[in-house]
Amino acid sequence: MAVERPPLLERPEFERQSLGKAATTDVARPLSLAERLANMDPVRKLTVLLAAIVIWELYTRTAEVPALIFPTFVDTIAALWKGLFQYDLATQTWTSLKILFAGYAIGMAIGATLSFIAVSGRFGSDILSTLASMLNPLPAIALLPLALIWFGLGAKSLVFVLLHSIVWPVALNTHTGFMSVSEPLRMVGRNYGLRNVRYVAKVLIPAAFPSILAGLKLGWAFAWRTLIAAELVFGAASEGGGLGWFIFASRNELDIAGAFAGLLVVILIGFVVENVVFRKIEERTLVRWGMQS
Amino acid sequence: MSAVRERPRTDPVPRPEIERTPIDVRHIGQIERPLSGIERVWNVQIVRNLTVLVMFVVIWEAYTRIADIPPLLFPSFTDTCVAIVDAFRDHRMLAKISFTLTSLLTGYAVGLVAAAVLVSAASIWRVWADILTTATAMFNPLPSIALLPLAMLWFGLGTFSLVFILVHSVVWAVALNAYVGFQGVSPTQRMIGHNYGLRGVMFAIKILIPAALATVLSGMKIGWAFAWRTMIGAELVFGATARGGGLGWHIFENSELLNIRQVFAGLFMIILIGVLVEYAIFRTVELRTVRRWGMQR
Amino acid sequence: MAASAAAAAIEAPIPEGAPILEVQGVTLQYKTREHLITATYRVDFSVYPADRFVLLGPSGCGKSTLLKGVAGFMKPVEGEMRLKGRRIAAPGPDRVMVFQEFDQLLPWKTVRQNITFALRNGGRCSRESDADEIAMSYIRKVKLGGFENTYPHMLSGGMKQRVAIARGMAMEPDILLMDEPFASLDALTRRQMQEELLGLWEETRFTVLFVTHSIEEALLVGSRILVLSPHPGQVKAELNANQHSHANVGSAEFTALQTRIHDMLFADRVLEDETVRRGS
Repeated sequence: MAVERPPLLERPEFERQSLGKAATTDVARPLSLAERLANMDPVRKLTVLLAAIVIWELYTRTAEVPALIFPTFVDTIAALWKGLFQYDLATQTWTSLKILFAGYAIGMAIGATLSFIAVSGRFGSDILSTLASMLNPLPAIALLPLALIWFGLGAKSLVFVLLHSIVWPVALNTHTGFMSVSEPLRMVGRNYGLRNVRYVAKVLIPAAFPSILAGLKLGWAFAWRTLIAAELVFGAASEGGGLGWFIFASRNELDIAGAFAGLLVVILIGFVVENVVFRKIEERTLVRWGMQS
Repeated sequence: MSAVRERPRTDPVPRPEIERTPIDVRHIGQIERPLSGIERVWNVQIVRNLTVLVMFVVIWEAYTRIADIPPLLFPSFTDTCVAIVDAFRDHRMLAKISFTLTSLLTGYAVGLVAAAVLVSAASIWRVWADILTTATAMFNPLPSIALLPLAMLWFGLGTFSLVFILVHSVVWAVALNAYVGFQGVSPTQRMIGHNYGLRGVMFAIKILIPAALATVLSGMKIGWAFAWRTMIGAELVFGATARGGGLGWHIFENSELLNIRQVFAGLFMIILIGVLVEYAIFRTVELRTVRRWGMQR
Repeated sequence: MAASAAAAAIEAPIPEGAPILEVQGVTLQYKTREHLITATYRVDFSVYPADRFVLLGPSGCGKSTLLKGVAGFMKPVEGEMRLKGRRIAAPGPDRVMVFQEFDQLLPWKTVRQNITFALRNGGRCSRESDADEIAMSYIRKVKLGGFENTYPHMLSGGMKQRVAIARGMAMEPDILLMDEPFASLDALTRRQMQEELLGLWEETRFTVLFVTHSIEEALLVGSRILVLSPHPGQVKAELNANQHSHANVGSAEFTALQTRIHDMLFADRVLEDETVRRGS
């Protein structure tokens, strides 16, 4: 099939000496206050939150949902108030947090040590990857019955299962982070004479920070879930303490508003850690370094 | 004294030019040689991992035998193996595994569907985007096991309570990651899709989902991890309060009876299922998609 | 310890008329997952002070591998490399490398911190204030004044390469190793960077070992060109190119040398695309 080929149209060249002034209306106009408010993320989220609370309150009141099934928002806040100042909700929260911090700190240290061993040689790396890929999918809570037999009923058992929930995600993510540091960056570090600990501290850790932070966040999420679950089992098995136990005990006494108050505290702590603490760390590091938006 | 130093100005040394004829490649010998069989086998990661695994098992067995650890505290590897065979022989173990997996998969599937609906709504209407982000920010950090006492009150002691908290554990992690993934699809790729005339559902299937697959998959992995942990935890609590029937219950029941070998057998099965899902399923999907496409190392 | 020894080496005087870097009969090999590959075979050359020594060759001639060998990242299987008479055994701050990749800058440090990081860890400065002063003077030299507190991800590709060059020069190494530093830049920026590099050389007369696969770039940047044959890299010729600059691009003399090198490289092969990037 023959394709017709149009001839090239020859045109004269031209060059302009001066350009006229651009005349347009409204080059840039500031948005109105309402438009700007509606564009602010916190404003929009708070509105959604308020709407949810209003619907909750209205529904439970108008439909007359029994407080034993689903308490109103006002009841929940009242229970929270009562729990914090009359009962031991504050102390229970503190008990939970103390164990959590202890477990998290020790877990981080162990995770870091494991990843240091793993970067020191290929054999260390094999040991870590084998251990972590086997033990990471094992829910820490499944070890609680064993921990109770080994360490007895107490903080020691709790810390043990917390450690298990933190160490593997942290070690695994740190290790993958180290492994994927780009070759030029590694060579730059060695070029300027960095060796061993200084090389790890000054090149590998910052370069792998996105991955390390992801591991720390995942470790936190697992630890937080494990702790609440462990306290529930403790609460179920015998006398215990902590936030999970508070929820369990309130529910057993059919103080559902109290259980809701406990849940509210759990949400609040989780929210602060994930959306304030970790977010701030990200903004100060990854966002500023252009490793994450 | 200034820290900045001046250097003496030197000119390059003039030298005559040189020209040579490289010797024929055939005289050099090995330019490129395949590595030997042993070198290559040793380079395969799974071989190295299995070697380490065998080493651990040997150390475990030797230690428990030599140090005479009472099987009540820490049974040996062979004891554990015998316990696993025992548990399978009278079909108890199989029933328990199938109970755990059935509830788990139901919860996971419902959670995925719920997340898909939420994310679709959020991609179309801005109000739903706000609702989704607010809800995930609040509910993602809430351990779903904490809802178990309430779920048991609302829905009774049955499978429905289990599925309820499983859905809660899956939906937020998946929705959050999928939504962030879709938001992060590059404008260039979006424009390419529109350019070739893709709209609506086809646009989502052919451009958005593949482009965001790395994030969506990681959300599904986290969702699975949470669900798996929640499931075992819930069975432990159930086991503590009433009759349940899964792997978590197997561990709890046997630890109450001080039958530690069976506890180890249960843990062994849990690890096995966890490893299978993580590596046989998720890793395979990753290898076939995002890794092959070079979106993830 | 190692850093102070390296610093002492920087101070040591170079004997009159002696080469700064000697490479003798060097064969380099590396392993991939499945193969063992010989990158260069018995290469020798000498670099003298203030040389702009170019390693030129097509993809797969082992020129980048050779540069990594000089930097100390790879050990030769035969032959020897000596810097100021001392055998090269490990990477050190007396041979600073500038890479092609933009991610050679530490993303968590600003432009100035990237340079002071090198100065402090490379043992050139023990006081932060000295390092700051040197860093600022080199930032001005590469015309990045005003960007000293910017993080690398905010810079364009050309600016990132300038920072990397400033970082390398600030160390005042015995020899600056450049691995196709301008290959990822657009044509206009590349030309500008070549001119700036020559300007900086006029100013400080550093010694540089420069890897490229572009004949034109070799002629423009180099004072002496080592032409390598492909797979495995062997020395084909060592030529003078000091007389060429951007001023005489396209002149008969320039084109003649260009053609001569081209024939040398591709005499026995089908024409290869000159723009093929970094395969070595």
